Amino acid sequence: MSGIPHDHYEPKTNGEKWLNSRLPIVGLLYDTLMIPTPKNLNWWWIWGIVLAFCLALQIVTGIVLVMHYTPHVDLAFASIEHIMRNVNGGYMLRYLHMNGASLFFVAVYIHIFRGLFYGSYKAPREITWIIGMLIYLMMMGTAFMGYVLPWGQMSFWGATVITGLFGAIPFVGDAIQTWLLGGPAVDNATLNRFFSLHYLLPFVIAALVIVHIWAFHTTGNNNPTGVEVRRGSKAEAEKDTLPFWPYFVIKDLFALAVILVVFWAIVGFMPNYLGHPDNYIEANPLVTPAHIVPEWYFLPFYAILRAFTGEVWVVQFASFITGGIVDAKFFGVIAMFGAILAMALAPWLDTSSVRSGKYRPMFKWWFYLLIIDFFALMWLGAMPAEEPYATFSLIASAYWFAYFFVILPILGVIEKPEAQPETIEEDFNAHYGKADADATPAE
Amino acid sequence: MFKKLAIGAAFALALAPVASNAAGGGEQHIEDFHFSFEGPFGTWDLNQLQRGLQIYTEVCAACHGLRYVPLRDLEALGYSEEEVIAYAAGNFEVFDPELDDFRPAIPTDHFPANDGVGAPDLSLMAKARAGFHGPYGLGINQLVKGMGGAEYIASLLDGYTGEEKEEAGTVLYENKAFPGGWISMAPPLAEDQVEFADGHPATVEAMSEDVAAFLMWTAEPKMMERKNAGFVGVLFLTVLSVLLYLVNKRLWAPVKGKKSH
Repeated sequence: MSGIPHDHYEPKTNGEKWLNSRLPIVGLLYDTLMIPTPKNLNWWWIWGIVLAFCLALQIVTGIVLVMHYTPHVDLAFASIEHIMRNVNGGYMLRYLHMNGASLFFVAVYIHIFRGLFYGSYKAPREITWIIGMLIYLMMMGTAFMGYVLPWGQMSFWGATVITGLFGAIPFVGDAIQTWLLGGPAVDNATLNRFFSLHYLLPFVIAALVIVHIWAFHTTGNNNPTGVEVRRGSKAEAEKDTLPFWPYFVIKDLFALAVILVVFWAIVGFMPNYLGHPDNYIEANPLVTPAHIVPEWYFLPFYAILRAFTGEVWVVQFASFITGGIVDAKFFGVIAMFGAILAMALAPWLDTSSVRSGKYRPMFKWWFYLLIIDFFALMWLGAMPAEEPYATFSLIASAYWFAYFFVILPILGVIEKPEAQPETIEEDFNAHYGKADADATPAE
Repeated sequence: MFKKLAIGAAFALALAPVASNAAGGGEQHIEDFHFSFEGPFGTWDLNQLQRGLQIYTEVCAACHGLRYVPLRDLEALGYSEEEVIAYAAGNFEVFDPELDDFRPAIPTDHFPANDGVGAPDLSLMAKARAGFHGPYGLGINQLVKGMGGAEYIASLLDGYTGEEKEEAGTVLYENKAFPGGWISMAPPLAEDQVEFADGHPATVEAMSEDVAAFLMWTAEPKMMERKNAGFVGVLFLTVLSVLLYLVNKRLWAPVKGKKSH
């Protein structure tokens, strides 16, 4: 599968040969597991396995939760309490699933920002990047619909606000919103379709994950130097790489175990810290909560959505040239989805020929500022829509767009990159020293 | 080392902006009561929960229901099966659709719902309120002190100033813990309103704490089981981490060679 030369599976026994000539599945698994992986991958490369674990965790806990959950407006909230009180271990299942979503997003954000720093999105890995962005979008959809299922106050009002975004689309918005909700407002029809899709989408994500892995197994992994693995011969490639099994599987599992210690402590000792107390109040269409806030992982984009009010000149200008078709609400929706689209377009916006941010002296600082900007937006998304937060949100949103549409294209032209190592082997040896040829392996 | 710290910091920061429910009444005063069940090592004080149940039964139940709580769960408060049967039958009547009539409650029934006067159900109240917020919407107080649901309830019950006013035909009572400062619930507790079998003092403050602890139990009856699972899991995963660390170190040692510096 990979373009990097390496040993392939050879069936040895008659049984293996029999199977291999009919279905080469062992060979496929062998090649996937033994893929040559750059040996200088650092600890930022462990989040992929955390994400795979999260997907499995959410699917397994989710399937069991479904056995006890009732998707009906009169029964959903009570069925959650049934899970919490009567189902064996139900409180752990539900808290694992609830906090599992948070771990999933912690991991995906670190994974994305790792890609942005080390230039993992650049040629030839654009497809991997785009598939990844699709997975991220689907995750957001799945998480949003999952949050509606307990039918608490934030479930209901969150659903009302977010589906309202589609209502902002000119001309067809109302029709789309009604179609999404299955009626004029969030009600039983909405709950049922969200439940159905919340169960379906994880399997679509799983399929996309396979494509994601397929894509980067074809191009080979990126690595902290951004320098490609030498592919001239197998011997040459082996100087730069190590097989995924056992080297990276064990390394990643170690990292996963450490992360799970923290995760398990949160589930065991403070499972509601990341949630909102209002969701322990059953949904009531007649009582609006004082502050409607989405889950923490949506806050950065929620802040961008709210930043573009009718008082911002860009919005007024857009409204003017479109004859009022693009109003402030629609502009906010475009900005929010545009902020995600901007990330997806990074492969074509970044003009630098140097892949890794390690060797880009100016890029580094703009990137660190983007990280700060991301956390600032997250914080602003939770604050009330009033001054000074509105102005801060606007500045932070502006930087998000400027990073992708202005800074990335310009930096590639004006920046003078530092010297990169010739090979991955050179980088690895500079860190860890050259392996001693006659050292006894594993004393 | 720096990178490990950075991962940790990224994790912590990612978790921080939680306190979504920032901004509330600025003058709200929530007392940080000390409850026995707080923190990873905290456990229920069964005597306190029993006193809380008694206060709920004699005072709160007049207006508030506990619709999600099965009466059989009361055995977890240290009562015998017979005591729970007697408590259920002696205190509550439930509507039985098969008889088409009311009958005395049995342990398999839930506490009755009670929305007669529009008072909210209390089953989940201790998780549906946050006593602590901020600072600056960062959620650090909740990280340090806990969500503060039980503290909110106790502060509210103990927070009446004695002032009252009439607004659009409703009497409102001034309360230091209630958002906005004026609540329509009359002060429910008075000194020595409840007489405890063990002679425990029945001051308003003591009773507020007892009933808040009881409501924390009704909201999260499996808290001790959960913390227990937390300890087992954390311990197991820590051991697993150490083993994987050693395996990883040994696995990579021949590849990495000796460090030149």
